[in-house]
Amino acid sequence: MSQNIEEAKKIIAEVLEVYPEKTRKKREKHLNVFEEGKPDCGVKSNIKTVPGVMTIRGCAYAGSKGVVWGPIKDMIHISHGPVGCGQYSWAARRNYYIGTTGVDSFVTMQFTSDFQEKDIVFGGDKKLEKIMDEIQELFPLNKGITVQSECPIGLIGDDIEAVSKKKSKEYDGKTIVPVRCEGFRGVSQSLGHHIANDTIRDWVFDKKKGAEIETTPYDVAIIGDYNIGGDAWSSRILLEEMGLRVVAQWSGDGSIEELINTPKVKLNILHCYRSMNYISRHMEEKYGIPWVEYNFFGPTKIAESLRKIAAFFDDKIRENAEKVIAKYEALTKATVEKYRPRLEGKTVMLFVGGLRPRHVIGAYEDLGMNVIGTGYEFGHNDDYQRTTHYVKDGTIIYDDVTGYEFEKFVEALKPDLVASGIKEKYVFQKMGYPFRQMHSWDYSGPYHGYDGFSIFARDMDMAINNPVWQMAKAPF
Amino acid sequence: MSQNPKHVLDHFNLFREPEYVEMFENKKKNFENPHPQEKVAEIIEWTKTEEYRELNFKREALTVNPAKTCQPLGAVFLALGFEETLPFVHGSQGCVAYYRSHLSRHFKEPTSCVSSSMTEDAAVFGGLNNMIDGLANAYAMYKPKMIAVSTTCMAEVIGDDLNAFIKNAKEKGSVPQEYDVPFAHTPAFVGSHITGYDNALKGILEHFWAGKERSETDLINIVMGFDGYSVGNIREVKRILSEMGVNFLLVGDTSDVFDTPTDGTFRMYMGGTRLSDMQEAVNAKATVSFQEYNTPKSLEYAASLGQKTLAFHYPIGIRATDRWLMAISELSGKAIPESLKLERGRLVDAVADSTSHLHGKKFALYGDPDQMLGLSEFLMELGVEPVHVLATNGGKEWEERMNALFASSPYGTGCHAWPGRDLWHMRSLLFTEPVDFLIGNTYGKYLERDTGTPLIRIGFPIFDRHHHHRYPTVGYQGAMNVLVKILDKVFDEMDKNTNVPSKTDYSYDIIR
Repeated sequence: MSQNIEEAKKIIAEVLEVYPEKTRKKREKHLNVFEEGKPDCGVKSNIKTVPGVMTIRGCAYAGSKGVVWGPIKDMIHISHGPVGCGQYSWAARRNYYIGTTGVDSFVTMQFTSDFQEKDIVFGGDKKLEKIMDEIQELFPLNKGITVQSECPIGLIGDDIEAVSKKKSKEYDGKTIVPVRCEGFRGVSQSLGHHIANDTIRDWVFDKKKGAEIETTPYDVAIIGDYNIGGDAWSSRILLEEMGLRVVAQWSGDGSIEELINTPKVKLNILHCYRSMNYISRHMEEKYGIPWVEYNFFGPTKIAESLRKIAAFFDDKIRENAEKVIAKYEALTKATVEKYRPRLEGKTVMLFVGGLRPRHVIGAYEDLGMNVIGTGYEFGHNDDYQRTTHYVKDGTIIYDDVTGYEFEKFVEALKPDLVASGIKEKYVFQKMGYPFRQMHSWDYSGPYHGYDGFSIFARDMDMAINNPVWQMAKAPF
Repeated sequence: MSQNPKHVLDHFNLFREPEYVEMFENKKKNFENPHPQEKVAEIIEWTKTEEYRELNFKREALTVNPAKTCQPLGAVFLALGFEETLPFVHGSQGCVAYYRSHLSRHFKEPTSCVSSSMTEDAAVFGGLNNMIDGLANAYAMYKPKMIAVSTTCMAEVIGDDLNAFIKNAKEKGSVPQEYDVPFAHTPAFVGSHITGYDNALKGILEHFWAGKERSETDLINIVMGFDGYSVGNIREVKRILSEMGVNFLLVGDTSDVFDTPTDGTFRMYMGGTRLSDMQEAVNAKATVSFQEYNTPKSLEYAASLGQKTLAFHYPIGIRATDRWLMAISELSGKAIPESLKLERGRLVDAVADSTSHLHGKKFALYGDPDQMLGLSEFLMELGVEPVHVLATNGGKEWEERMNALFASSPYGTGCHAWPGRDLWHMRSLLFTEPVDFLIGNTYGKYLERDTGTPLIRIGFPIFDRHHHHRYPTVGYQGAMNVLVKILDKVFDEMDKNTNVPSKTDYSYDIIR
């Protein structure tokens, strides 16, 4: 065992000391050190959070409304239940889209049934029916409705499926999707992703027909890109440049028509495996559409991914992929030349959700930086297996990290950058650590694709080499 | 390819480059099956009409873009105002992630709060074990002096009994028997964040005061209510009261915990009302609330113990501050010092200097009920007409008070209070009865975009402007800040509307 690993294990053991014994036994399974050659990261995951520890996790509603469904722009997503859930998730995720908000697009709006006590006591189905009528009247260009269940819905026994079916019939087969994503279901956002995926399968694929579109041998769908700060756009442009036809974006800047047409594509390309592997597997099984995971963070992974995607197509596409890689080489080179000298050897600790705890590692490495710790908010074992292809020997791994643990790990390892979310940002900045939000791109982005990489590099430099960190300690 | 590492193009400009614009057009045309442009244009225009307004105001079930949020946020906010106190929310964990994010996005500060992380099994069997383990873990890890418990709607729907659960947890040794664990039931389906503030406050008052023998002192308890400007306002109120020499206790003091320094140390806890002071506070002669609608039950409880109670509506501006100061003076027997009279004179001076640029302007505003009363009164002092005043969490009684306020000034003629309405209603109001300016929180920017009404950001949350929470909005100094904020926007708009060379720029004056 290398000295690094021993050292890191000691840190973990020390951090665990704070817990009551029962909790220590649970938490120690989620913390480990990656050892080269092992098939996974040696941690348990996707398990209930221990109460009271200050988890960073969210809930199933966040996974469905906030992640999967919310960005579908021409549908209205009702936050069904009390007012808070919809309020806190209102426009907070930066899913960019193009459309006239309030008229033909609705992403940055908060539609809620604003449950009152009487709705809890007598049930909310009648209210939900009326809400759908009012939506139809006031927002006539909406192309569908989803019902995003908040905690009380499942507890009071409302039948949102019956309401949805009834109203769909009444409105000539309108797409109305009931989603059972109550926040108490499952252990994190993750189950919400799965539930939302399943509702697309059950309430869209099996039931809806869109306008006929011509198909081509080059049709693909981008799956699992939420267009945060425009990520899906700076990805799409590369796919189009290599001659592919992007029929659908799931779900950033996406529309119901795109969802409906996806089963006609030749290949599903999957960015966020965690949140959308379910629907990809379903389309493989049912329609025989292969899917491939890709990574558009940083030039090394982008080139690798473009080639991997091209390999599913003919020579023309393969040649085009090379052309695209060549086209952006100058940009990439100039970006790396400018920023790498400023970032070489800097260390990073990550804690994010979805695909990012592994996917962004390559982009940091393109800039000469090293990720020395990483973990998933709501990852599963298959995420940790995939992570082994990215991390180096001795990387500290923390699953569903608690506020306390994260602070202690950072104190012990003293990275040059902490990259996590809004709840963590100010904690580490107070401690004097440069920080970037890696959910919202800290209001920047896009970070995907070649265009995004330049922004990513600039942002990391701006965080790490910011003069403010030199002034955190008073000279007196 | 337009990206350039020498001058990096952000999302602001990158996507305006021709290759992206073309891509967007093709995506829409080929894959989105969009509504015809004429149809979209027709509906856009329709949403601006009287007819649409009428339909919009007929809504009975649907809420769109409300200006309120749920109870536990207010409870968490209040709990953070006590010495080394950790808010603990019993119920689903996602809620806590949301409260923490929401408060951090506004204050640009860490928000510490834990959840009992209840899931399906707890939904069936109740969350007792979550409470037992949760209190034990939070106590061991974060070493708070007090854990203040509130609830999410999940725990409320299944009917978890906090009192019994906490007793049980103490018996199981999660925390010591005498350890402070005040609690409040804060169902999200009743009231709003200001109700949660009240419930949590009452829970804490009861925890420290119930069963205590009262021996009255000259102490005055000051309660501020839920306030996005708590950092600036609490410090300002403390300054004023100190200057008057009043013996006071700020109950729920969030001014420090939401304004910690960056100096190499993360302070999970900072400042806050001392727990020992809370013990003493039962003896106070009075409890004074800055925001009546934030504290009805708490004041009722204080009164039931024999304390005098007084409540204001977010005193902002000249006369409201006068009334507040005079009331405090009468209550405490302390004179209002010359220094504050001077501050008042300076504020009146500033108003006199600028009033001609405000006089007769029409404003729309929305926010919490007390803040709407306070702001409207100040606007009328400036000669401004608060034409549409909306509070999603305001009720009938608030509406009556607003109407009485309108009736008290010629500038209130034709003004209207809108209780229980949301920002989609406001959109119709702004189209059908346009005003010159809009006052509201960050979400008001969508109204600014759609209706062209310039937005002056005052309220909660403010996510897209920084640091304003550090400056007071109450007292004479606060009124000065609000005045300047309004004037800056008025002048900016004046310049924006007069800057076309050889067309309008004769009015592009350098002296205003």
